[in-house]
Amino acid sequence: MVFVFATVTSLKTAPSLSFSKLGCSKGGRQLFKNVDCLLEPGRWLYVAGANGVGKTSLLRMVCGLASIEDGDILWNDIPIHSQRETYRKDLCYLGHLNALQESMTVDENLAFTAALGGIAPDPAQTQEVMMRFGLRGRGRQLVRHLSQGQKRRVALSRLALSPARLWVLDEPYVAMDEAGVQLLADLIASHLKSGGLAVLTSHQRVSIGDIPAQMLELQTK
Amino acid sequence: MKTIHWFKFSSPQNFYFLAGKMWPWFAALATALTLVGLWVSFFVAPIDAQQGQGYRIIFVHVPTSQMAMFIYLVMAGWAGFGLAFNTRLSGMMASALAPTGALFAFLSLATGSLWGKPMWGAWWVWDARLTSTLILLFLYLGFMALQASIDDPRRSDKACAILALVGAVNVPIIYFSVKWWNTLHQGLSVSTKGASMATPMLAGMLIMVVAFWMYAIAIALYRVRNIILERERHTDWVKHAVA
Amino acid sequence: MTGASRPIGVANVMLAVFKREVSLGMRQKGEVLTPLVFFVVIASLFPLGVGPESALLLRMAPGVLWVSALLAAMLSLQRMFATDYADGSLEQMALSTTPLALLVLAKALSHFVLAGLPLVLMAPVLGLQFGLDTRALGILMLSLLLGTPTLSLIGSIGAALTLGVRGAGVLLSLLILPLYIPVLIFGAGAVEADAAGLGIGGHLSLMSALLVLSLFFSPMATAAALRISLE
Repeated sequence: MVFVFATVTSLKTAPSLSFSKLGCSKGGRQLFKNVDCLLEPGRWLYVAGANGVGKTSLLRMVCGLASIEDGDILWNDIPIHSQRETYRKDLCYLGHLNALQESMTVDENLAFTAALGGIAPDPAQTQEVMMRFGLRGRGRQLVRHLSQGQKRRVALSRLALSPARLWVLDEPYVAMDEAGVQLLADLIASHLKSGGLAVLTSHQRVSIGDIPAQMLELQTK
Repeated sequence: MKTIHWFKFSSPQNFYFLAGKMWPWFAALATALTLVGLWVSFFVAPIDAQQGQGYRIIFVHVPTSQMAMFIYLVMAGWAGFGLAFNTRLSGMMASALAPTGALFAFLSLATGSLWGKPMWGAWWVWDARLTSTLILLFLYLGFMALQASIDDPRRSDKACAILALVGAVNVPIIYFSVKWWNTLHQGLSVSTKGASMATPMLAGMLIMVVAFWMYAIAIALYRVRNIILERERHTDWVKHAVA
Repeated sequence: MTGASRPIGVANVMLAVFKREVSLGMRQKGEVLTPLVFFVVIASLFPLGVGPESALLLRMAPGVLWVSALLAAMLSLQRMFATDYADGSLEQMALSTTPLALLVLAKALSHFVLAGLPLVLMAPVLGLQFGLDTRALGILMLSLLLGTPTLSLIGSIGAALTLGVRGAGVLLSLLILPLYIPVLIFGAGAVEADAAGLGIGGHLSLMSALLVLSLFFSPMATAAALRISLE
């Protein structure tokens, strides 16, 4: 009884992401190996490295999109492949692509991606988020008619509406202007302050408020 | 008795050398058995009253169609094993088997034609077995085409595994539906049970089946060695082995 | 944070996928109508190839119409996953809290509604061209109605396996057509059996069995194939 109580509390209060001897190879070449890391709530992991070293592969492995050949990734000390359903509830991924259907409106897209996450967001909250990202009044507009930067902001709105505690962001600053960069940094900062975690890659040097980055430098040995 | 550590051979490197030692033996067995089988089929088995000498082709036709079917199931088995346990070698074995299976399917169709011409006067009849073997050939070709069109070997192994498993589940359904179609339309039948099956005939066919089986193993082992060399060409042991 | 958002059940997520596909199909009517036109064109090619002799056409009709429907249904299989793969939506579906197999099921059923149902409705019109009587037209529609969902379900496996691959269109046909053969045999066979005065109960129950089997197993195979394609 006490054990069950303790497990439930630990799941709810302090999630952690850790890598254990993680390795990756592509096309017969070993990209990186024996990578260890521990990420705690309120911290963000900045994955750095040269082009082609496997940053995107690492992030896709964290999401469970790419299979893990060497080593393990653990969420709450449990390997992610043995808790797929639970893990996905806590995961939100923003990759290079926006995951927006061009022939649908902004509202429809946000409703759909929220549904994939298993929730129907509150309309008032959606409005508030869209306003924050400068998309006010564009709800009924087809995504096709938005600029690249605006499409990226719709993708960020998806992030803001997600209840997930772990955010995995692959070069989120691409196609964003300065104002957008600031909005995103603030968004991630508030996410981290409420106990969330984030994994990030970017070509530019990034600062998230006053929260220091945990660095992970990938190198091909 | 010393325990054999089977898992040692699940690494491509170790299997490469094991297969190198094994395949000549299987090739020798295959050659020997084929010669015996052919001798039985030509000289020992009696002339069939109705079909004359031409029926002797069934000693190749029936074993090849059985092997085509059997190899598909083995291939699907290896592929499924590789998918479940994430072993690289299983996918390579499945890829090594596919061309041989396709060859047997094709031979079965060719020998069926060669038999059909003197029997029915036509190069092709829509017999249930021939039609099913034709569809099996399509399944093999599909497997090989999918493999060829995906560059990443890991991805192509896994994708082909799904295809092989789906195909394996469908093969009985296809056989059943083609049989149904054939009986409904009262097509001609390439009958292998026309004459009563004398013991020498059964023995001859059995020997040929085993001979083809040995051949299939020999050629698959030989082919998988080449696949291993190609896939693992970045590793040190391959560079030593090839030098 | 997400104070007032409420969780939604699996069935509602599947419905959301279904509605999205159907509304996209409605907005891109050209993509939906092209296979239907293709159906009409192929079916019309046969009389042009074999001559307009009515007895021959009547005899050929069930098989020809079934093969044409099958090919037309196959044409639109690629769009099941290709657009979502290209814009990143497929990744999000793979990361959904709802099992991917269920989302695939919703997609395959929407494909049936957009691609299969129009064929079912168009078939009688073409059947008249071949001289089929009313009863035969009815059986044809029924067999297509039972068969086209199976075609969408089995086809989804091929679409998933060939995602982003060179020559995907033709490769898809090569992979899928052998698997379509049982459905073809029983579907066309039902119309012929009825014309010959034999019962169609056997055919229809076999087609229903195939439908149930593919309802259970193909979403899982497709989901596995999608994850492999996404790696």
